[in-house]
Amino acid sequence: MEVIRNAGFDDLLALCGGSCSCATCHIHVDEGWLGRLPPMTSDEDELLNSSSGRNGTSRLACQVIVTDELDGLPVRIAEAE
Amino acid sequence: MARYDVLIVGAGHGGAQAAIALRQNKFAGTIALLGDEPDPPYERPPLSKDYLAGEKAYARLLIRPPAFWVERDVTLLPGRRVVAVDPIQRTVATADGETIGYGEMVWAAGGTPRRLSCAGADLPGIHMVRTRADADRMRERLAGVETAVVVGGGYIGLETAAALTKLGKRVVVLEAQPRVLARVAGEALSRFFEAEHRDHGVDIRLETHIGAILGSGGVTGVQLMGGVVIPCQMVVVGIGILPAVGPLLAAGADGDNGVAVDDRCRTSLPGVYAIGDCALHANRYAEGRRIRLESVQNANDQATVAARAITGQAISYDAVPWFWSQQYDLKLQTVGLSLSHDQAVVRGDPATRSFSVVYLKNGRVVSLDCVNMARDYIHGRSLVADRMIIDPERLADPAIPLKELAEGL
Repeated sequence: MEVIRNAGFDDLLALCGGSCSCATCHIHVDEGWLGRLPPMTSDEDELLNSSSGRNGTSRLACQVIVTDELDGLPVRIAEAE
Repeated sequence: MARYDVLIVGAGHGGAQAAIALRQNKFAGTIALLGDEPDPPYERPPLSKDYLAGEKAYARLLIRPPAFWVERDVTLLPGRRVVAVDPIQRTVATADGETIGYGEMVWAAGGTPRRLSCAGADLPGIHMVRTRADADRMRERLAGVETAVVVGGGYIGLETAAALTKLGKRVVVLEAQPRVLARVAGEALSRFFEAEHRDHGVDIRLETHIGAILGSGGVTGVQLMGGVVIPCQMVVVGIGILPAVGPLLAAGADGDNGVAVDDRCRTSLPGVYAIGDCALHANRYAEGRRIRLESVQNANDQATVAARAITGQAISYDAVPWFWSQQYDLKLQTVGLSLSHDQAVVRGDPATRSFSVVYLKNGRVVSLDCVNMARDYIHGRSLVADRMIIDPERLADPAIPLKELAEGL
């Protein structure tokens, strides 16, 4: 989330600042990378359920901490609701 | 004299989002974002949580990186405080004697922390938690602190107590009401948080009033009404804010405890909008009563409403209120407003540290407080938005998912 925000994308609201308390940093990640992402907590799972655009590639950006392993991960910011 | 097509006064969450939303809505004029702090817009919620605890660095608080404001052509005017507004000439005067003109103005100045009025209230060692500088001042003095007294058992006070406890300090919380969170939550939630804090070693004293702050060069103790003295080296005051609306009201804007706005965030002054903590607005989730709502959600959503009005795409403010708090390993998520409730239903066993409280008014769901229970928070949202009538006995049964109740099953 911080990487996207700090790159100047203004459509990612991230209102709770990354504390996994809202669902305003919804992203879709490239399918081929799903297995390399950190596992989803139940909180993240529940929060994503509030988004109508949720699908199998949905994550909350604040829960995807970028490591060297994720260098090059293609990400699309979910549509605003 | 500098003049901007839109002058935003206040560079917190609301002000920052107003500038962002104006550009997102293709506003092509000049924008200035004026604030009384030296920093570019940053997040305030961590100030009483992980920033205070030393777990989050300042750079990570920035709402957008400094280069963002340059790219979006938003002029930052930090370190300035507006002291007067001329609604005829459409200018503001700053404390430094500067005059700045505006075409339209978005007033997002927030509030200033309410101060103690007792003897000793100006001693060094008495802190507020509103700005980064406030939090930094606390952190600088922590080394010499063994015991801290937190005045006020609201969210700021309790989050601060949790952060200071984490840092190894002995903490005493003084609350004038018979329970903590009295202004914002029902009794079940208050009792739960009191017990949690006590389990973490916090000394919570209810219905307790301060007589004086003791000390000469710095704080040495707090004297309670009745004479008892609590020795301490730091006092943190979290007893609410006063809305920063003096210059607007002096210029003739309607309001008293805040500046009055309509559903498009327009004040009674031509071309002047107000958003966030200081905006007194009729809120559907408060039975249509005029309230001020101190939350990131409200600041952000009202900012979008004002930006839409300015760009000729007006919408009415009607957002479902939501809020969160973090204390120890407890995540509280709130949806709706409980202030008018006449019934509170506990859902689940607070002893498991994962439960919800559902608030009703005349049988309709008006709010939920969810502790480590994101599922209820998500599904409770539609119950609140639609003010649904649900049998309290079914609400109280955690085996029945709120999703089913929301879908009328």
